[in-house]
Amino acid sequence: MIWLNVIVSGVLLGGFYALFACGLSLMFGVMKIINLAHGDMAVVAGYTAVFLVPKFHLPEVWSFLVVVPIFALLGYVVQRTLLQKSIDRDPFTTLLVTFGLSVVIENLLLEIYTANAQSINIGSLIAKSWQVNNTIYVSYLSLTVLIVSVVVLAALQLFLSKTSTGRQIRAVSDDREAAQLCGTNYRHIFGVASSLAFATVALAGIAFGMYTSLSPTAGGVNLLFAFETVVIGGIGSLWGTLIGGILLGIAQQFGAHFNEQYTVLAGNVLFLLVLAIRPQGLFGKKVVMS
Amino acid sequence: MSDSAATSPSRHLLDVANLTIHHGQLLAVDDISFRLEAGEVLAIIGANGAGKSTLLRTIAGLHTQTSGTITHDGDEISKLRTFRRVRRGISLVPEGRRLFPSLTLEENLQVGAQKAAEGPFNIAAVYDLFAWMRERRRQKVGQLSGGEQQAVAIARALVANPTILMIDEVSLGLAPIVIERIYEFLPSIVAQGISVLLVEQDVSQALAVATRVHCLLEGKTSLTGTPDQLSADAIESAYFGTIHSAATPEASA
Repeated sequence: MIWLNVIVSGVLLGGFYALFACGLSLMFGVMKIINLAHGDMAVVAGYTAVFLVPKFHLPEVWSFLVVVPIFALLGYVVQRTLLQKSIDRDPFTTLLVTFGLSVVIENLLLEIYTANAQSINIGSLIAKSWQVNNTIYVSYLSLTVLIVSVVVLAALQLFLSKTSTGRQIRAVSDDREAAQLCGTNYRHIFGVASSLAFATVALAGIAFGMYTSLSPTAGGVNLLFAFETVVIGGIGSLWGTLIGGILLGIAQQFGAHFNEQYTVLAGNVLFLLVLAIRPQGLFGKKVVMS
Repeated sequence: MSDSAATSPSRHLLDVANLTIHHGQLLAVDDISFRLEAGEVLAIIGANGAGKSTLLRTIAGLHTQTSGTITHDGDEISKLRTFRRVRRGISLVPEGRRLFPSLTLEENLQVGAQKAAEGPFNIAAVYDLFAWMRERRRQKVGQLSGGEQQAVAIARALVANPTILMIDEVSLGLAPIVIERIYEFLPSIVAQGISVLLVEQDVSQALAVATRVHCLLEGKTSLTGTPDQLSADAIESAYFGTIHSAATPEASA
């Protein structure tokens, strides 16, 4: 029964990791860029929920109604102004730009909000849980985040497969030049993909702020978990991202069962094992270099 | 030196004037000029490295010229981005097909048709032209043969209803029978009012379908004229640069 508890906790945690990682996966899948500021963007979303949303007289639990649209717009603007210029140069420039963005965000947050930890107040919801049996408790918040994660991934999958813009995103992801030859403005499509990625990272940041306390430097470790999730699941596979998150969550809970300090280590070991045995990830497609 | 050198007040469908293109330091196309009129099939022939594909890619906007101008239907388009040129009616079927492998056959056509101009072609019309596509529309394009993929690439360009269809090396890597089948469809495409700019290494195939031929040698125009004006010797010398390569330029001027 203890192991079942480990698995349940891991699955619930995995939902959060998948929500965190799907934006990273989308940006890499479409634009071939690794956004090193991804974790910091989530932290900014959390801070936005804490400090901006009360001005709209909304309960903080509904903060996503304000933060997600803001981040969707921000994603488009950041891509078209900052990231596109670096994509036009080379992938290394993009890494440097997003790394620089990460540093700037952390320092701005420290300057504006100090290093004091903040959290999104969701009242008694934080402590409520569903008791499955004597040993297994399912937190309402974790379950909600898992459900949100599955809904977001399903909606993204549906959007990519059933809409004209979704088809263009997949086309640009396959072959940017050929997509241009079909009349697609790939810069606009990059902006849309970035917008979606930022919207999902806003949801993840809000979930993070509800789970635990936010600090300006929390982005780095979140980026690491998101990156591990994407690599385990396989780049370009949305459902792979969910499975990757769940496996990472289970590995971490497995490690934590033996010693709290093994939590991150167990996840890292799984990440390295997948990289060694199946570098393309569990659901990713193998890339043959010519 | 070229047919565009003579000034004319009339508007041409495509007017390429004094185009020079570099790949880095390397001169790929050197001061080339030609015109494409409505209803024409202009074949650009030449050996490997002559600059044919670079020329088409530049007209499509995928490559920037060093100097010279490209005018479409009276408007200078040299600085327009590729997708805007496509929306104006200039489509390129690129070398190597360049289909979207993660998309099905129909999805490839849908991407091609997303900004389509008014015209005779839509996905249903393409299915009428290539009947086998309707049955296999839900297959991923990677599951199709090379010839079928080439047909899909042409169909993907057609559904945008271009006024100019540029086809780069349609026969590359395909069996002769497959090439013949693809060329069989060309007259029906031209009959719909689409002008074709064809890059082809297979000279006999190009001469069979073209209304005019433009031969490139090391980036320069070595010969131009209608197929019936050009002798086999003249084409051979212009193609390989072996004998009196500049002997018969501007036959059609």
